[in-house]
Amino acid sequence: MHATANASRKVSCKPSRLSRHISSALRVRRRALPLSAALLGTLLSAGVAQADISDDTVKIGYLADMSGTYRDLAGPGGLDALKMAVEDFGGSVNGKPIEVLSADDRNSADVGANTVRGWIDQQNIDMVGGLVASSVSIAVTRILAEQDTLGIVSGSAASSITNEHCTPNHIHWVYDTYPLANGTAKAIVDEGGDSWFLLTADYAFGHALEGDVEKVVTENGGTIVGKIRHPFPTSDFSSYILQAQGSGAKIVGLANAGSDTVNALTTASQFGLVQSGQSLAGLLIFLNDVHALGLNVAQGLQLTTGWYWDLNEETRAWSQRYYERNERMPTMVQAGIYSSTLHYLNAVAATDSDDTATVRAKMGETPVNDMFAKNGIIRADGRMVHDMYLVKVKSPSESTGEWDVYDVIRTIPGQEAYRPLADSQCALVKGQG
Amino acid sequence: MTMIFGIPLMVLFGQLMLGLINGAFYALLSLGLAVIFGLLRIINFAHGAQYMLGAFAALLGAQYLGLNYWAALILVPLVVGALGIVVERLLLRRIQHLDHLYGLLLTFGLALIFEGTLVNLFGVSGSSYPIPEALSGGFKLGFMFLPTYRAWVLVAALVVCFAVWFLIERTRLGAYLRAGTENPELVQAFGINVPLMVSLTYGLGVALAAFAGVLAAPLYPVSPTMGSNLLIVVFAVVVIGGMGSILGAILTGLAMGVIEGLTKVFYPEAANTVIFVVMVMVLMLRPAGLFGKEA
Amino acid sequence: MAVLEQEQERGAASAGKASRRITPLGALYLGLFVLGLLAPWVAYPVFLMKILCFALFASAFNLLLGFVGLLSFGHAAFLATGAYITGFLLAEYPGLSPVLGIMAGTLGAVVLGTLFGALAIRRQGIYFAMVTLALAQMMFFFFVQAPFTHGEDGLHGVPRGELFGLFDLKNNHTLYYFVFAIFVAAFVLIRRVVHSPFGQVLKAIRENEPRAISLGYHTDAYKLVAFVLSAGLAGLAGATKTLVFQLASLGDASWHMSGEVILMTLLGGVGTLLGPLVGSGLVIGLQHQLAQSALGDWVSVILGAIFVICVLSFRSGIVGECQRWLEKRKERDEV
Repeated sequence: MHATANASRKVSCKPSRLSRHISSALRVRRRALPLSAALLGTLLSAGVAQADISDDTVKIGYLADMSGTYRDLAGPGGLDALKMAVEDFGGSVNGKPIEVLSADDRNSADVGANTVRGWIDQQNIDMVGGLVASSVSIAVTRILAEQDTLGIVSGSAASSITNEHCTPNHIHWVYDTYPLANGTAKAIVDEGGDSWFLLTADYAFGHALEGDVEKVVTENGGTIVGKIRHPFPTSDFSSYILQAQGSGAKIVGLANAGSDTVNALTTASQFGLVQSGQSLAGLLIFLNDVHALGLNVAQGLQLTTGWYWDLNEETRAWSQRYYERNERMPTMVQAGIYSSTLHYLNAVAATDSDDTATVRAKMGETPVNDMFAKNGIIRADGRMVHDMYLVKVKSPSESTGEWDVYDVIRTIPGQEAYRPLADSQCALVKGQG
Repeated sequence: MTMIFGIPLMVLFGQLMLGLINGAFYALLSLGLAVIFGLLRIINFAHGAQYMLGAFAALLGAQYLGLNYWAALILVPLVVGALGIVVERLLLRRIQHLDHLYGLLLTFGLALIFEGTLVNLFGVSGSSYPIPEALSGGFKLGFMFLPTYRAWVLVAALVVCFAVWFLIERTRLGAYLRAGTENPELVQAFGINVPLMVSLTYGLGVALAAFAGVLAAPLYPVSPTMGSNLLIVVFAVVVIGGMGSILGAILTGLAMGVIEGLTKVFYPEAANTVIFVVMVMVLMLRPAGLFGKEA
Repeated sequence: MAVLEQEQERGAASAGKASRRITPLGALYLGLFVLGLLAPWVAYPVFLMKILCFALFASAFNLLLGFVGLLSFGHAAFLATGAYITGFLLAEYPGLSPVLGIMAGTLGAVVLGTLFGALAIRRQGIYFAMVTLALAQMMFFFFVQAPFTHGEDGLHGVPRGELFGLFDLKNNHTLYYFVFAIFVAAFVLIRRVVHSPFGQVLKAIRENEPRAISLGYHTDAYKLVAFVLSAGLAGLAGATKTLVFQLASLGDASWHMSGEVILMTLLGGVGTLLGPLVGSGLVIGLQHQLAQSALGDWVSVILGAIFVICVLSFRSGIVGECQRWLEKRKERDEV
């Protein structure tokens, strides 16, 4: 029963024979004599300063739900997006090979934290990407901070990841609950949807989203006429939809995610919620959710997304490449994984180092300019601030294909969408505003 | 407006109606479990997976074979039921002389296999199955808007439940079945093929789960995990009703649907838990369940 | 349901007679102990600690299933109670000794076990399994709702602290020996219980409860004590696990966890002392290997298949089958 987690799913990397020998020799010694190896490590890192790539490899770990609820959101597709970034980069950084490891966290904080701890202790990993379920991300970023390793969160929703849970060691790339509430709820209130009934998933993420929405709605002159916290997960929403119908609110807001949102929307359409004069607002809906719902049910929904495959030539070109490999269009999370990995590798190449602080600093100095974001900025709290998009789901007659589902209504500038640093509770930026 | 505990009476009526509809699902599923347990003494942990297979078969049938809803409603239970018979012949038969707990463990393993395989093949997001033309729309009941399809679910489930009850409790075949489990050697001596009866019974239980799955397909997204959480609730229903009691399973299913519906109004957070609270209370007061005989 | 551990008992009996002579069984235990001491220098300590925690959990579960014949489908509740209480105390009161934290978690599980046990032991067989499942679901609801668990997000950043102000548990190797000591102590306790007169009564209850009653035993009292002991040890496993991973999450409380511990015990060997250790080592090792391989997506299918194969063809589990084989050989030798 060895714990030697062998690196599998290696990506096209062509290490020189010598460097492979050195790194394997180091690894063996580490295992046999941890103390002396650790000592050696300290001496090395002290002696060679920061400008070096440890083990002569850049090791990236991809941690995500590969088999559960969030499989379609990130899952194997996200791993492929990460590999695309590595391939586009040429498979090596300044002559040093890039190695990709991956693991299924099964949406369990235990499994995730344990895997990452193993990667750090045994594989000397340099960066952990993917990171979907909020609970996993929070657990993993704690360990990354303790062990001084870099993490890029792409899939999680909780805005607390760069608020009260911020660390200097991780970046939150794609979206969070703040712009979701801010983008969707504000737009709807501005259009006259000023009385709201909220259906909230009864756990931390739902509560956070509910709080953010309430704040946005009341600040913009709307009212919350009622709310229900439903168990997570729930498959039968008929009772809650009936109560929402009875409330007389103009807008029924869904502060939940994934299968809960899909179920609520399906049920609402069966009970003729929209026909009886109410509107629905889904606060966290992904491309794969819309695809699963079908346009018949989802049409007319407004939602906020961090990215969409059909924004411009660049996004279409990349998505086409992705589609050919995966037979699905990429979600914003999968695109974000590609973008963040590329940005990371660029910073490693520019500094010729895989030291966490050095690379993190370089990533922060360089604006993100790729098919995912234009002039995206990584703030000190780890938030990658970029433009968000308010979109409306097309009706079946407007759609020209299976994946042609959104109309972009408005581009929300990043500065407007995300929580201002002045309101942040992050210890790294508090009081700097 | 008349109010009860601060809830308008009209809303309460609506909730009772919905509770009854959910209860019909519980009744159908717990009936299948009760048939299997009552006659085979197997705790069928794969019941949730078989319900899910029913929904998936309807979905895939529509996508690849052009099977319409009505055909699926007949064919899918037959196909999935036949699969159940294969499972019984190949696997369950080999452990039937052992402690009942082994049946539970074996079917638990089967459930993991079915679910895991479909997750790998189809992902977990789930797909939607359209409501058949003839049953779309709905009608206003005065206190609520009742979608036609839900009304149909209630009627169809109740009819099937009654038919199964009648088959087992009131027909000669049912009498053979019951006798066959009481004293297999004696019944065999009368020239009745007991192993065949056992297979057919398991097939019937599984077919009921698949039927519920087809009924559920247009209501909930069809996903590989749709059965696993429902299963635990349905177990509780069977235990409350009294393991193996056919009538108990049906009535308890409906009643639990209503209780759950009311909880959703007064304390929605506890909706997933209330049935377990009832279960513990019932077992403390009437250990064999509401309709069970003390063993 | 269970396999008699004749080999074990014979070993224990002869060890009593001539305690200075090392029996084959004693040699096996000694070998395992030395292996346990050396293991962290060969394999990854955190991984080993995980195996030890689950081995302890499975041993606690096995105490009930293997030696009293009660299948609990709700043992996750105790694991989670231990984990959450310890995690909460250590996170809220930095500087609190980890030993006190673990003791508090274990005590919490004992209290819960007394409560659940009093309700559940009145039933047998399948009803017992269902009652424990229902009670565990209620605990799950409590953990989702209670603010101190942080619900779905989980309890994070639990400090490992220092042992008696001397040993820094942040070091994986130091922590390993602490966890190993806990495991060995618990294992010795379980072994003592099983071979004590109390354990003999439990086995009598498992084989034939009415007869045990007619012999004048208050079987309910015996069953309750066994249940509480099992719950407490499961809580100890949860508490230790929190210290290792520095977090506690809802996964510990879900019914899948209760199913997993059954699998571990069944695979290793129900009613054998070493079975849970072997089973948890195999299951966790398998999960670990699969998670990082191309078969990663098929974990649950493979676990399901193991379940089916276990039930169909080797119900005594790996250790149980080995014992049977040894016994057969011995009989042949004697002939």
